[in-house]
Amino acid sequence: MDSICRKVAIVGAADTEVGKVPHLGATSLCIDAARRALGDAGISKDQVDGLVTCNSMAEPYMYHAEAIAEYLQIFPRYCITANAGGGTTFSSIQHAATAIASGVCETVLVCLADSLRSGLSREQSKKMQSSTGHPEFESPYGATVPAFYALIARAHMDAYGTSPEQFASVAVSGRRHAARNPSAQMRELITVDDVLNSRMIADPLHLLDCSLVSDGGAAIVMTSAERAGDFPNEPVFILGAGEGHSHEHISQARSLTTSAAVESGRRAYRMAGLRPADIDVAQIYDCFTPVVLIELEDLGFCAKGEAGAFVAAGETDLGGALPMNTHGGMLSHCHPGNPGAMFSLTEAVKQLRHQAGDRQVVGAETALVHAQGGIMSSHATLILGRERSG
Amino acid sequence: MTAHSGKFMPRPRPETAAWWEGCRGHMLMIQRCAQCGAFQFYPRIVCSSCMSDQVEWVQSSGRGEVSTFTICRLPVAEAYAADVPYVVALIQLEEGPTMMSNVVECDPESVKTGMQVEVVFETWSEEITMPQFRPLPKTSQP
Repeated sequence: MDSICRKVAIVGAADTEVGKVPHLGATSLCIDAARRALGDAGISKDQVDGLVTCNSMAEPYMYHAEAIAEYLQIFPRYCITANAGGGTTFSSIQHAATAIASGVCETVLVCLADSLRSGLSREQSKKMQSSTGHPEFESPYGATVPAFYALIARAHMDAYGTSPEQFASVAVSGRRHAARNPSAQMRELITVDDVLNSRMIADPLHLLDCSLVSDGGAAIVMTSAERAGDFPNEPVFILGAGEGHSHEHISQARSLTTSAAVESGRRAYRMAGLRPADIDVAQIYDCFTPVVLIELEDLGFCAKGEAGAFVAAGETDLGGALPMNTHGGMLSHCHPGNPGAMFSLTEAVKQLRHQAGDRQVVGAETALVHAQGGIMSSHATLILGRERSG
Repeated sequence: MTAHSGKFMPRPRPETAAWWEGCRGHMLMIQRCAQCGAFQFYPRIVCSSCMSDQVEWVQSSGRGEVSTFTICRLPVAEAYAADVPYVVALIQLEEGPTMMSNVVECDPESVKTGMQVEVVFETWSEEITMPQFRPLPKTSQP
C-alpha cells in the first residue's frame, strides 16, 4: 500500500450543541455526537466496526473507547482512545484511515466530546492546570496554559517584529465568522482594541487572545472511497495526511518560532499532490492567537514573519486569500479541550459539501485542517477534497 | 504552612535525584556526555545526542540568558497568588541547554529577552530547593 490518498472518505459529520451545555455530561455529549453523525451518514450503529474516541477530563474512563462501545452496545474490531487533544485528533484520523485502506475495518466512527465548562470539579480543574508542563522542571514555576503559549508569542515578536495588534487580528477574524454561525458560543463582533483592552493574562496575551472553555462534542463517520457513494450526503475524500512531532515540553523545543507543522504540512501536501495555493479554505488550530500565525507560516501560506500582516489585512476572512476558521474556531465557536480540533473537521466537511450557509466559501473544492497539541508539540495536517480523482 | 506549600512540588525520580541533591547544595548541575561532549538538561540516563550511557554530572556556571519570557498576571493555583505578577522564562545556560525558571529579585516589567541572568536558589521544603534566576548587574547586560 503506497498511501491513503483518495482511498478513504468522510460520509457523516455532526456537532452537538456547544458552549454551555449543563444538561448533558461528557459521556452523553459523546453519545449525542455519535448519534447525530450516524444519522447524518444514514447508517445504524451496527454498521460501525471501528471506533475512535478521546478521553474526557470531566468523566474519564480507564478505557474510554471501550466504555463508549459498551454504552452503545457495539462490538468494534478497531477501538482506540486518542490519549490527548490537538494534533492527536488528526493523527488518529490518519491512523483510522490507514486501518480502513488496509482492510482492518470498514466503517469508523470518530466521536469526541468533553464538558470542561459545566462538568469539571474544582479538583479536576486544578489537576488539569498542574498537568501541563514537565512535573519536575516546568510546572513548579507556575506557568498557566496561556503563559506557556505567551513564551512562543514573545519569541515570535522578538524574531519578526510581530505585534499584539496582529495577534488580536486573529481573534477578530474568527469572531467575524462566528457572527455568521448560529452554533457559535461567542457571536458578538469584536475589534482589535477590544482584544487589547481585555484583561492581560500572561504578557503579551490578553483574555481575548485565549480560546474558550466549553462543553461540546463532534463526530464523523469514515469509510472506504469505494463505498462513499452509498450515503445520503456528498462524500469528502482524504487527499493527504501528515504528522510532525518535535518535543513534549516547550523548554525542550527545537525552535520557539518554527514548529513541526512544517513537516506535517509537507507530508500532507506531498501525499495530496497539492500546494498551499491550491487550498480553498483552512481550519487552523487556534487555542491562542499566536499559534495561528506560526501555523500559517509553517504550512506555507505565508513566509516566516508575515502571517501577522496577512491576517491583519483580512486575508483570512471570507472573500480573502485564505478563508480560515469559518465556524469561528476555538477562539469563538467552542473549545471543549481534547475534542477541540474536531469542530474544525466537521466545519471543513460542511464547507466541502457546500452546506455552510452564510459562511460558505463559494465553490470550495479543497480544505486543509491542522491541529497541534501539547505546547506546539505534536502537529497533524489533513487535506480534504470533494473530488476522488486527482 | 510555608509560603510554598500547595505549589506544584516536584517529586524527584531515580534519574533526577542527584540533580535535586545538587540544588540542595546550591549547585546547578547539568550533564555532559563522556563520549561526544554534548551538554544536556534535563537529566537523562543516556546522551540525547549520541545515545551513549556515559553521561557525567558537571556544575553549570549558573549564568545564562533569557531567551523568552512572560509575566503571569493570573496565578496557576492559589499557592502562587502571592507571587503575582511573576515572570516565567526560558533560560539558555552558557553551556547551551535551556531550562524553564522564574526571573526573580527584579521588577517583572524590567525583564527583557537577552537579559543576562544568574542562578539563585529558593528553599521550598526539606527535599526541594528550586533554582531561579536574577538579573546580573547592569554592567553585564548587552
